[in-house]
Amino acid sequence: MTTRTQDPAAEPSAHRDAFVDWLQRMGDNCLILGHRASEWCGHSPALEEDIALANQALDLIGQCQFWLGLAAEVEGKGRTADQIAYLRDAGAFRNALLVERPNVDFGQTLMRQFLFDAWHMEILRKLKSSSDPRVAEIAAKAEKEVAYHLERSADLVIRLGDGSAESRARMEKALKALFPYTGELFTDDAVDQAMAAAGIAPLPSSLKAGWDSTVSAVLEEATLAHPGEVWQHKGGKRGVHSEHLGYILAEMQFLQRAYPGAVW
Amino acid sequence: MEKTPHPEIPEIWRWLSEVPDPEIPVISLTDLGIIRGVEWREDTLVVTVTPTYSGCPATTIINLDIEKALRDRGIEKLRLERRLSPPWTTDWLTEEGREKLRAYGVAPPIDGTAADGRLAGRISRLTAGGANFAVACPRCGSTNTGKVSQFGSTPCKASYRCKDCLEPFDYFKCI
Repeated sequence: MTTRTQDPAAEPSAHRDAFVDWLQRMGDNCLILGHRASEWCGHSPALEEDIALANQALDLIGQCQFWLGLAAEVEGKGRTADQIAYLRDAGAFRNALLVERPNVDFGQTLMRQFLFDAWHMEILRKLKSSSDPRVAEIAAKAEKEVAYHLERSADLVIRLGDGSAESRARMEKALKALFPYTGELFTDDAVDQAMAAAGIAPLPSSLKAGWDSTVSAVLEEATLAHPGEVWQHKGGKRGVHSEHLGYILAEMQFLQRAYPGAVW
Repeated sequence: MEKTPHPEIPEIWRWLSEVPDPEIPVISLTDLGIIRGVEWREDTLVVTVTPTYSGCPATTIINLDIEKALRDRGIEKLRLERRLSPPWTTDWLTEEGREKLRAYGVAPPIDGTAADGRLAGRISRLTAGGANFAVACPRCGSTNTGKVSQFGSTPCKASYRCKDCLEPFDYFKCI
């Protein structure tokens, strides 16, 4: 075996850093989307939807606890999942830009959820055969909940897309606004390559075809035109975020910022 | 001092079968199928628990309730372990638990109906009324029912209504 590494200790530590980074991507996607969904609590167009969004937020935040808990374990610096969630600034967050997009209206909230759920399902399915059993078991757990989320979000995208003139117009607008934020989910960088080489996670680019077949089928049923190849934003997974993330964190981390170390 | 023997494992399972689920107190933790193992390791009793829904706030309460129930029976050295794999499924609810749910007014889960994420094949069913299979009304038994929301008042429930007796009811959310 040939290696370019000069310091023998450097390689495992580089691997560990990439692993922690990747785990934070998984956890931060769940955390930020969970927070966005929770913003609807008490404001949804119908009681049942209010409850659905709050429950979905709860599932995502629960999954986030597993991912960030494992990130803390792998990192080995004695941090907890809570500390990772609450004591980092925007530049250290690794979520995709898609999940920090503002809620705007119910249509955009659902479209964002659907585009994310379809990706989430693809990656979790692959992660079930991760070389790291801890990753595989979190994925198997989360997959069941995400299948349920995907069923709901797809159902509503279809009903609203193929719905009234008003709901249809809003879903068209939502798709146009959000589609340019989906490309980042399928870009491969050095962290992804390290994870793929170790058999821990699939390359993001390998998930594109499966995602696209789900998205195309649902958009067709919803009578919404697939946006095709459009210019794509990126940056979130390496910590370059939109202005929206700062506002999310200001609210989400308020307690720990105002009362550092508070517990109850 | 004479060493008191450990309580027998079946006895401990029986104690655990008396600990109610904090959200739906008519069923017990063993009815739910979340106790995955009970064993003595040396002097320590190790109880393995699997979580239901990832973010369910009852998870912490469940652990506290298990601990209390066993300490009250005189178990001193106790450790709870979390096991994620294989992931919990509503198919693990016991027959007895299902009957208790029905009597309580919650339609029990129907095995094998959990969403699987293979959406393409389910779309026709989705558009035909929300992947609706015959969920029987726990009050009148009619299967002429409809889904109101895939989610409900706790992470383990979906909201349904009966079109015959007109009662709304909870259906145990299948995962």
